[in-house]
Amino acid sequence: MEWEVITKARRGDEAVPNLESYDKARAEFSWEAARAALDGLPGGGLNIAYEAVDRHVAKGRGDKLALRWLSKTGERRDFTYANLAAESSRFAEVLRRLDVGQGHRVFSLMGRLPELYIAALGTLKNGSVFAPLFSAFGPDPVRQRMELGDATTLVTTPSLYRKKVKPWRHELPDLRNVLLVGDEPPVEDTIDLATAMAECDGSMPCAAMEPDEMALLHFTSGTTGKPKGAIHVHEAVVAHHATGRFALDLHPEDVFWCTADPGWVTGTSYGIVSPLTNGVTMIVDEAEFDAERWYAILRDEKVTVWYTAPTAIRMLMKVGPELPQQYDLSRLRFMASVGEPLNPEAVVWSQEAFGRPFHDNWWQTETGGIMIANYAAEPVKPGSMGRPLPGIEAAIVTHDDGGAPEVVDAPMTPGELALRPGWPSMFRGYLHNEARYRKSFAGGWYLTGDLAMRDADGYFWFVGRADDVIKSAGHLIGPFEVESALLEHPAVAEAGVIGVPDEMMGEAVKAFVALKPGYEADEKLRKELLGHARKRLGAAVAPRAIDFRDVLPRTRSGKIMRRLLKARELGLPEGDTSTLESGA
Amino acid sequence: MTPQDIRAAVIEELENIAPEADASAVPGDADLREELDIDSMDVLNFVTALHKRLKVDIPDRDQPKLLTIDGAVAYLQEKLAARTG
Repeated sequence: MEWEVITKARRGDEAVPNLESYDKARAEFSWEAARAALDGLPGGGLNIAYEAVDRHVAKGRGDKLALRWLSKTGERRDFTYANLAAESSRFAEVLRRLDVGQGHRVFSLMGRLPELYIAALGTLKNGSVFAPLFSAFGPDPVRQRMELGDATTLVTTPSLYRKKVKPWRHELPDLRNVLLVGDEPPVEDTIDLATAMAECDGSMPCAAMEPDEMALLHFTSGTTGKPKGAIHVHEAVVAHHATGRFALDLHPEDVFWCTADPGWVTGTSYGIVSPLTNGVTMIVDEAEFDAERWYAILRDEKVTVWYTAPTAIRMLMKVGPELPQQYDLSRLRFMASVGEPLNPEAVVWSQEAFGRPFHDNWWQTETGGIMIANYAAEPVKPGSMGRPLPGIEAAIVTHDDGGAPEVVDAPMTPGELALRPGWPSMFRGYLHNEARYRKSFAGGWYLTGDLAMRDADGYFWFVGRADDVIKSAGHLIGPFEVESALLEHPAVAEAGVIGVPDEMMGEAVKAFVALKPGYEADEKLRKELLGHARKRLGAAVAPRAIDFRDVLPRTRSGKIMRRLLKARELGLPEGDTSTLESGA
Repeated sequence: MTPQDIRAAVIEELENIAPEADASAVPGDADLREELDIDSMDVLNFVTALHKRLKVDIPDRDQPKLLTIDGAVAYLQEKLAARTG
């Protein structure tokens, strides 16, 4: 079905979009000029935290509201830029006193509490590396990522610590400090963050870093093996800042709400860094999705720019278009979506329900910032991720394994989405996995692993993943990680995990297991396996469904053929099965 | 259905969604998402399961009313009473 292109007119006294004309902005843009939009430390050097908070204070904007935090229970806490600068300095000093140095990895594992934001900025200020984890991860993903990232320090809450970390805490040789947030009595082997911060005066200056020094470590999932730790450097802030202006149209007077959790890259790049460097007021809601609560926040906080995800948008659609009309959302100027392709129905629905369309954009953990987007001043093609940002060169390429990629120029021809390296927020490595990093580049291109097409107007359209990675509710889930957890159960002989289409989540994780002799494939065991996986992995990563099979299709070399599992599950052609082991 | 029957149904459906959890041990007024580590999709599946099992309509915007066991029991009881009455 063909969807009508949505064109927009600027209304009344609305801010002039930062990107008024796509072609002009692309022609005029240079990363050198983008660098000049930031300040750098007074004595030289660069630091994301300085650009995010301290420079606003230095320029007399310290009294501006930087972060408004809304608690689950209705409490509201405000932080000005000056407050954030002081609190993050205190946190940095806590780290310094604990001998946590530059380059050391500081992990966070907590819900969206103010301390999470202070810890992120304070870690950067100290020159240490901030590695956020999603609080709904189970103990296995938490441990694996902290091990891989050589965690020296963890900031978490007493309850998450007890549930997910305490049992194995001393098995991580580098993990020296656990800082706890909350008003509970002292917990053995941990440090109470509030007490430690009270001993610091907030005057510790920001560490002067080189542009290419490590600042952020974000984990992402691959098809095989362990998660990958994508390294981002301080210079990434140049892209965080510029892309926030172009793709989210951030103006200093905006009230901006990014609903993403900082445990995922969106919640850090656009839930912490970009809004602050752009000097806006950002809203942080501690609570989980709730349609009425969300509409009330948009209204009460007078949100002007809203960045959310397809799963949430589809849940809002499910509640219906009447609800938003009961709220005064007239301050809302720009709405954007990321995480997985936003289906055209949802774009058209938003136009009807809000009088404005959601603007889909595309990027991934490795790119550090938005690469392809629909813009405030440009027409929206429902279902398309838009066009590359100024400073970004994107192409569709085909390549044989190991061969040099060839650019596909013919419109609407599927191939792998590739980007020309060189933008500041590009990842600079997978921690401890140089080989895998090098494999991501070929013939002068970064290969994204996403399949897409480009139309004659230069708009890109998502097609699917080039590998077996599952995209569920905007998050990448590695099938191997899920299979490994299932295989730890004594009843499981083989496990294969795929993504199946899901109306809400894009894809839902589904597992197929073959049992060891002596185990009965019944409902009781199915539930036990489901519970086992959820306990280890957490609800966000664990399978939503488990099916039993007598045997799983494998290649002759013994690899589970997930592609074939998926084709059979969805009734699709089975494709090339020449490597299939006979009998499977 | 008595409130006890409804409560048993609620707990059973919760344990279908999150078999690793002991839903019967959760305080009646505690937020299920926190107590059981369930996410928004789990909540959606839980509400859908109750809808199918008890044959009551649960509009999406009522979902927040089912986020505690006591809340869910009261809500469903009212809905069931309205249906038979």
